[in-house]
Amino acid sequence: MELDPLLLSRLQFAFVVSFHAIFPVFTIGLASYIALLHGLFYKTENPAWDRLALFWTKVFAVVFGMGVVSGIVMSFQFGTNWSNFAYATSNFLGPVLSYEVVTAFFLEAAFLGVLLFGRNKVPEGVHLFAAIMVAVGTFISSFWILSANSWMQTPAGFELIDGRFHITSWMEALFNPSFWYRFVHMGMASFLTGGFVVAGVSAWFLLRKRDVEANKKALSMCLWLLLILAPAQAVVGDFHGLNTLEHQPMKVAAMEGNWETQTNVPLLLFAIPDQDAQANRFEIGIPNLASLILTHRADGEVPGLNAAPAEEQPPVMIVFWAFRVMVGLGLLMIAVALTGLFLRRKGRVYENPLFLKTLTFMIISPFLAVLGGWVVTESGRAPWLVYGVMTHAEGLTPSLTGGMALFTLIGYIAVYSVVFLTGIYYLTRVVRNGMKETQTEVEGEVGRPKRPFSAAHTPFDDDLEGANA
Amino acid sequence: MSIDLSLIWAGIIGFGVIMYVLMDGFDLGLGILFPFAPDEESRDVMMNSVAPVWDGNETWLVLGGAGLLGAFPLVYSVFLPALYIGVFLMLAGLIFRGISFEFRFKSKKNRRWWNRAFCWGSAIATFAQGAVVGAYIQGFAVEDFRYVGGALDWLTPFTVLTGLGLMAGYALLGSTWLILKSEGHVQQWAYKITPKLLLAVLVVFGIVSLWTPIISPEVMERWLTKIHIIGILPLLALACAGVLYRSVKRQQEGLPFVATLGLFIFTYLGLIASKWPVIVPPNYTIWDAASAPESQLFLLIGMLFVIPIVLAYTAWTYWVFRGKVKVGEGYH
Repeated sequence: MELDPLLLSRLQFAFVVSFHAIFPVFTIGLASYIALLHGLFYKTENPAWDRLALFWTKVFAVVFGMGVVSGIVMSFQFGTNWSNFAYATSNFLGPVLSYEVVTAFFLEAAFLGVLLFGRNKVPEGVHLFAAIMVAVGTFISSFWILSANSWMQTPAGFELIDGRFHITSWMEALFNPSFWYRFVHMGMASFLTGGFVVAGVSAWFLLRKRDVEANKKALSMCLWLLLILAPAQAVVGDFHGLNTLEHQPMKVAAMEGNWETQTNVPLLLFAIPDQDAQANRFEIGIPNLASLILTHRADGEVPGLNAAPAEEQPPVMIVFWAFRVMVGLGLLMIAVALTGLFLRRKGRVYENPLFLKTLTFMIISPFLAVLGGWVVTESGRAPWLVYGVMTHAEGLTPSLTGGMALFTLIGYIAVYSVVFLTGIYYLTRVVRNGMKETQTEVEGEVGRPKRPFSAAHTPFDDDLEGANA
Repeated sequence: MSIDLSLIWAGIIGFGVIMYVLMDGFDLGLGILFPFAPDEESRDVMMNSVAPVWDGNETWLVLGGAGLLGAFPLVYSVFLPALYIGVFLMLAGLIFRGISFEFRFKSKKNRRWWNRAFCWGSAIATFAQGAVVGAYIQGFAVEDFRYVGGALDWLTPFTVLTGLGLMAGYALLGSTWLILKSEGHVQQWAYKITPKLLLAVLVVFGIVSLWTPIISPEVMERWLTKIHIIGILPLLALACAGVLYRSVKRQQEGLPFVATLGLFIFTYLGLIASKWPVIVPPNYTIWDAASAPESQLFLLIGMLFVIPIVLAYTAWTYWVFRGKVKVGEGYH
């Protein structure tokens, strides 16, 4: 069998970026939450806020550490597997991605150390300021990354000279047509992720009657947040979809599983798209609804996939179903948030075991929804790497063979399996250890460490009970 | 135009590379020496002596990598495809040793495994970096600004030698760092191994110096025409080696590390002087490899802002953690 370096490189990129994405998505939301907890403690001096802040900072430290490690791999991927793309786009992507690195280092150097290790060493006001700056920093970091991605989706502010992109307007390029939609959609996704994780972990503690007072506060806050954010995200997602319809109609056609440009398009709930036949093999839909959502008229015309030649269509099956995973989970999140409101009015929100258990299971949902969303937007622009200008095949490293790509794909899967399963295993130990303070934290730091992980003192493999090494 | 941005950027990248080599060098070197340490106590001391600073040291690698894409994209888009397998090995090595820093201290039952991950990760990453230096001296098969060679062109007897040479060099940085930071039997062990490592470095240094002009005609020509200027640099490097040897014999504590830094810096300057201004050998100079001036300028503003902060933060960290690391001292 001939190994295809293009397919293998795409699989490798999808693998490493998906693995990487789950960490920052969580830390962006969590950083803001920690800043809020510090603010509440500063204002009310209620020690429950301080305990929550300390606990979630430990979790933040481990997740941030894993995000940095997996991020290093990302910064080399463009060169190793997509060197033609890297060379052609370097005038824009080089500075933008570098600015992300610069932001991250500035953040780590200046404020992360104070947040992680400055407790009881700097005034509470300074500590609060550091927490806010870390939260702001995570947003600036994501600004650069999302600007780079959006520019690839909706390139702007450039001219092509000898096959290379030259920037004519930095403002147009950075704030390209899809940027703000993506930025807001992603920022809210990060908040939803942080919200559901904190809610789920708090529910897990409440089920075990541990630190009831603090966890009730945390759960209550999260449920209010989710009640606002989950429905709002659906609205933002709709605006994002309309923007995509304008700039990348083939992506929307794939999301809807719509092959012919036509009016009165139904919203498909289920279908098996068949790319070879250029039709759906089986479908169940709600009449006119897709037209109504996309054009705000029941008889509105929606572009179909066959407007593009078959080789310029995205992989419909993947985009169609990834979209349904994202939207389905989004609707589930809204339902859970509304259930929370209902139970709160009945006064049973902290006691109902079924609801608390559901919340624990919901921890995974925002991560899956985020990955689903990224699969939609990334697969949906295929075959374009820079939309309308450069295809995946054109961007590939010319010297790359299938064997090389297979070697590193297997290699990255092996390395990530060991390292990140270890990391996630450790994270669950930190969480299960909960808000018990270890000996070291009571006595104060001995070694004044500066690395993120060392903010967590939970032992890796010894028994948790009574082990304070 | 009046300001040559490519020249400024060459200075920044050149500075970043040597900062990385010197700083990550000694902590990678300690990883290479790890299995030879006399006992588990010494390993604790070795790891404790770099634990607070190692990830700051790796900052320079990422800053350099990102800076290359922004300022000299041709380097980025030729070196990474040409060194595809090596880059993967280096990243895998760095990841494993990074994670073992975190978990070795938190782990008791599985400490053995984290020791192995630390050692192998450091050794592989170092070998790959040394091979990159060798591949840079060899040059790359580039046509029309694209790498056209094979997957393992970089792996030749010459690059294996430079890979092993850098392992010896980083181990030397590590042992002299340990002399500075330790005391008692750990320090005595470091004193004992340093001359042997120095000998290994000098042997490789000699062979590479003789071999380089044979595989690179451009270097040969440069050396023949400018030997009166370039010749100073290897002499200074050898002088550093002499100082190092004498200071170890006299059991001085700070000078061995400083002399090793000098040895590295003069060797590095010698390499640059032999190649300048070629950055993608054999044919492309820093100006051929540059990104558009407006892109270089756009990024330069941020770099000029952040580099002093990173430097200040680095200096502060080293200041905070100055002094000896004692056996049994808790680091968490």
